[in-house]
Amino acid sequence: MLPDFANPADWLPWAFASLMGLSILIYVVLDGFDLGVGILFPLATPEEQDRMIGSIGPFWDANETWLVLAVGLLLVAFPQAHGMILSTLYLPVFVMLVGLILRGVAFEFRAKARDHHKRLWNRLFFTGSLMTALAQGFMLGLYIMGLEQTWATLAFATLTAVFLAVGYSFIGSAWLIHKTEGALQWKAVRWGRESLWGVILGIGAVSLATPLVSTRIFDKWLTVPEIFYLAPLPIVSGLLILWLWRMLRQMPFPGDRRSWLPFAVATALFALAYLGMAYSFYPYVVPERLTIYEAAAAPESLIIILVGACIVVPVIAGYSVLAYTIFRGKATELRYD
Amino acid sequence: METLDTLLLSRIQFAANISFHILFPTITIALGWVLFFFRVRFAQTKDDKWMAAYRFWVKVFALSFAMGVVSGITMSFQFGTNWPGFMETVGNIAGPLLAYEVLTAFFLEAVFIGIMLFGFSRVPGWLHMLATFLVAFGTSMSAFWIIVLNSWMHTPQGFEMIDGQAFATDWWAIIFNPSMPYRFAHMMLASFLTVGFLVAGVSAFRWLIGDRSREVRAMLKTGVSIGALLIPVQIFMGDLHGLNTKEYQPAKVAAMEGLWETREGAPLVLFGIPDEEARTNHYALEIPGLASLILTHEWDGELTGLNDFVAEDGSVLHPPVAPVFWSFRVMVGTGVAMLLLSWASVWFMWRRRARHEGRIAGHWLAVEGLPKPILWALVPMAFSGWVATLAGWYTTEIGRQPWLVQGVMTTEMAVADVPAPMVMGTLVTYLAIYAALLFAYIGVIAYLARKAAQGDDGRANDMSHSGKAGVMAINPAE
Repeated sequence: MLPDFANPADWLPWAFASLMGLSILIYVVLDGFDLGVGILFPLATPEEQDRMIGSIGPFWDANETWLVLAVGLLLVAFPQAHGMILSTLYLPVFVMLVGLILRGVAFEFRAKARDHHKRLWNRLFFTGSLMTALAQGFMLGLYIMGLEQTWATLAFATLTAVFLAVGYSFIGSAWLIHKTEGALQWKAVRWGRESLWGVILGIGAVSLATPLVSTRIFDKWLTVPEIFYLAPLPIVSGLLILWLWRMLRQMPFPGDRRSWLPFAVATALFALAYLGMAYSFYPYVVPERLTIYEAAAAPESLIIILVGACIVVPVIAGYSVLAYTIFRGKATELRYD
Repeated sequence: METLDTLLLSRIQFAANISFHILFPTITIALGWVLFFFRVRFAQTKDDKWMAAYRFWVKVFALSFAMGVVSGITMSFQFGTNWPGFMETVGNIAGPLLAYEVLTAFFLEAVFIGIMLFGFSRVPGWLHMLATFLVAFGTSMSAFWIIVLNSWMHTPQGFEMIDGQAFATDWWAIIFNPSMPYRFAHMMLASFLTVGFLVAGVSAFRWLIGDRSREVRAMLKTGVSIGALLIPVQIFMGDLHGLNTKEYQPAKVAAMEGLWETREGAPLVLFGIPDEEARTNHYALEIPGLASLILTHEWDGELTGLNDFVAEDGSVLHPPVAPVFWSFRVMVGTGVAMLLLSWASVWFMWRRRARHEGRIAGHWLAVEGLPKPILWALVPMAFSGWVATLAGWYTTEIGRQPWLVQGVMTTEMAVADVPAPMVMGTLVTYLAIYAALLFAYIGVIAYLARKAAQGDDGRANDMSHSGKAGVMAINPAE
């Protein structure tokens, strides 16, 4: 799977596909948890809601920027694919954008509006988070189905939409287990137990459907010796799920030890599932239609972006870590002073 | 155009999105620096009024920032959903510029805004000040890269076309393209003016409903001073920008001036109704020779007219005249109103201070000097910057039509093949959401102002009790 590093036209698209893939993964984990917190929102009391907002308030903006980077990389590195994918997904993209708009502004408005408007913004925050998650799951499903739109593929996309929304709730619960205490933490543990099925079914459905849609992927998975390279992926994922399931039955641990563990394991699980998908679709950026090499922009333009990215991305990582360090520990109600 | 086809609908949709979007960066770009100013003044003087001003405006900043982020994400997706031809043709140029915006600006803003908003009591003072600085710097960087790309679409250079695709040959030439410095300066000044009048207007509102706190004085003076100092600079910069446009996009300038025939000693059309069918202006009120004087600095200088941009086969290569003509006049008219009001305000405040010299020692301007009509005029002018900025952008963007990238590709070439009813559906939804959000945004700023006028903790800020029923009703606990 490694490209020829002597030839820029070969390794640059590969490097950008990796960079874009990484951005999407970081996005799914980071915005996944704050979208998940939004989906869980109606299940909490008003005081708990303020603390849930407090647990994601300083981060959500930066989390969403990874989506901008991912779609930006698609736009700049694979302009042909960008147009093809996004105009096919016109409506789900639209629903996602409306969702992102609603939740993003509801965040700010609910904190500033007068009290009787707060309930409206709370509802919009939940609705926006759910719309975003469903739309992303729907797009994921259609993408796996090769962007074909038939009744069967739309039904599959509807399933993945639900699974992803439940999956986000799961990682959101895991985040809350780490960031909260007391009654809310107990609730978060319960929510985590109750939404784990979304992760299991989601990963299961994608794993079953992917090889069935494409013979190319089928061969990549289920022939010897490939099957042995791939085997660790489902095995490790299965073990992680078992571990999560056991852990969530006993949490919170005495003295709040290892409250970060569910989130870390959930992240690993998301990463593994994502890695499996990346392995399946490579080298295609539009499934079975356009490879990353065919869709790539001119090497001269890509190299300019890459140089910038190599300098800037570590800096971004650095100050992101700084922000998470400053706001570490249990969440409190957010205050401007 | 008789029917609403996909092209027109997509254009309206993008125009609606970008118009809604630009409102908020226009505020955050300069408000970031104004907040930094408040923060630095607080660090220097330890005077709480600066921190009170900071706390009030940082809320408006957070709200505006969120609105800007979400509407900006919408646009980055619309490139793909509605305008795939743009990136397919000039992606090699536009791509790196957009990528640099995300990498150098977006992350900087998005990460440090958390510390700026919620970190005051969590981090050392210098780090909070640094975060404020980096957020302001990030918004300006973001504006820089976007203006670079936009300017390149007006005055493209540093590239070659191979098989219908643009390839970069000289990045320096692309970034420092001829219209970029003027457009960037014009936009930065527009942002500062918008914020100056917003701060002045909201503070005037607080003053009028009885808020006599020290921070409201400081804010009012800061806002009015920004306006009064920068508006002449902006008028000068606008003139330079116009000269630059005349050189590179003469059709746009001809539409702005409503000039049909190429001629020497062209008049300045103060008012008139451009008629593209008859190719003339009705009811024109003109000052002879003035347009030539402004644009060529000679009374009898020659200006190119719109009729020079009609091809022999009758196809029109100049922009639609009326929208450009009118937008330009709205922008200039708003600018003149800003000039008059801000200078009058400064004069009144200065005069009062002069009369009471000694009593208000150390302050050059006294808010008490402002007569009620001036204060009431400042309130609606809080959003005058939005009007001028939008009108200015309409002038320049509609003025580029029919080109998307001047001389390289037309707007028509970029549009996606999406069914018109689908675009219609999304457009109507966007419009409804944007209208509601705009309503909520202005409502919340007014609410925050009322709440602050009462004192955040519910105590009235030295209020006189005339006509405050509405204010008191908000906080029944009082």
